[in-house]
Amino acid sequence: MVKGKQFTNFRDTGEAPSAVRIYSAQDADELIFLDIAPSTESRRALVDVIALAAQECFMPLAVGGGIETATEVAELLRAGADKIVLNTSAVRTPQLVTEAAESFGVQCVVVGIDYRGSGDAAKVWIKSGSVATPLHPVEHARRVVELGAGEIFLNSIDRDGCMAGYDLEMAEQVAAAVSIPVIVCGGAGNFKHLADAFEKTDVSAVACASLFHFGDNNPIRARSYLRNLKIPLRVLK
Amino acid sequence: MIGIINYGICNLASVNNALTRLGIDSEVSSDRSDASKFDRLILPGVGSFARAMDHLVSSGWADAIHAHVAAGKPLLGICLGMQLLFEEGEEHGHTKGLGIIPGEVRLMTPAEPHRLPHVGWNTLDFASAHPLFARVKNHVDVYFVHSYHCVPREQGDVVARCSHGGDWVASVARGCVAGVQFHPEKSQPAGLQILDNFSCWNGVTNSEGGALSC
Repeated sequence: MVKGKQFTNFRDTGEAPSAVRIYSAQDADELIFLDIAPSTESRRALVDVIALAAQECFMPLAVGGGIETATEVAELLRAGADKIVLNTSAVRTPQLVTEAAESFGVQCVVVGIDYRGSGDAAKVWIKSGSVATPLHPVEHARRVVELGAGEIFLNSIDRDGCMAGYDLEMAEQVAAAVSIPVIVCGGAGNFKHLADAFEKTDVSAVACASLFHFGDNNPIRARSYLRNLKIPLRVLK
Repeated sequence: MIGIINYGICNLASVNNALTRLGIDSEVSSDRSDASKFDRLILPGVGSFARAMDHLVSSGWADAIHAHVAAGKPLLGICLGMQLLFEEGEEHGHTKGLGIIPGEVRLMTPAEPHRLPHVGWNTLDFASAHPLFARVKNHVDVYFVHSYHCVPREQGDVVARCSHGGDWVASVARGCVAGVQFHPEKSQPAGLQILDNFSCWNGVTNSEGGALSC
């Protein structure tokens, strides 16, 4: 397992199975696994990690990275994933979004949108941030909703791993443009950043990687912080 | 033993994993001729109502489920599995359901700014006591993922509701049959408790002497 900065400079963050156990014990609400360099071998490893995660933790699991066919979607769901994240294929073979939504339900189809830049100049990038497209994230978000996406996972490449806060402007634009839930990712460096996303935008959830991987923070503390600010969170037990 | 019905719709692994973790004997079964060996059945499911019903009927499971319920054996429908217990669904055109619980399944219409699908953790609000929710505190959060909701004709069948831009039915029970709209297998401790309760529920609703034998 690795975590990078702006989709490069990856640092080793340990073994996925251990992370799964730890985040499960810390009451994370959902885990998202993204294969950033998909290959035949890594797909097999991903399926194995999902199968293990599904045995260890009884919370929603989302999985993505290089998914190109409905057969691969089915394989990951069978391994224990609850949702699949389509990113490159939502641009290149958009019919896969529709096909997956029709076969498995819109609730399990998350579309990942990675972008660089901000405001009107922002552009969607695919293939783990290596290939540019002419699409604006808002325009792309609207399109994938029509195709059958059930959720949007919005990730600012510029802010990824920088721990300087989310791109709230884009998060709000996308959340306002679509009627499905939006998860914002990319840039969370402290709990205030999480609170900002909930207080200043209509996103449904916040995703964190560096914040929890590096340093002494965990979902339990994040939850306490947000609850003190009266942000509604789940009641655990 | 609990049989988990495999009718070609994905993610049965999670339910089976949860039962295994609880130490409950269970088996994923694709063969409806196995049905009689199970003292309890779980009907899981994600996907579309119409497609699921097609699979249930063509595989023979629909008949096996009816026979199981007629024998008074407990049945738990999860998510789409709960919706299939009803008479009719409107997802991708009108489709007949199993018709075990009177009522139908309709698209949710949450008030702004609530979004569809209804996905994420949300609070349960009990409408009546049921053994399935023994040792589960009221207002605990469980994990939901759905766009359609069940509309029971008889209010007495409603066990729990949730709120998401309106009030929606989160759980129903009638006789030896129960349904949960959320995913207990994805709801951490509260969800596991519900599955544990199902494993020893006597299949009787509370007013008629429902109890757990564990």
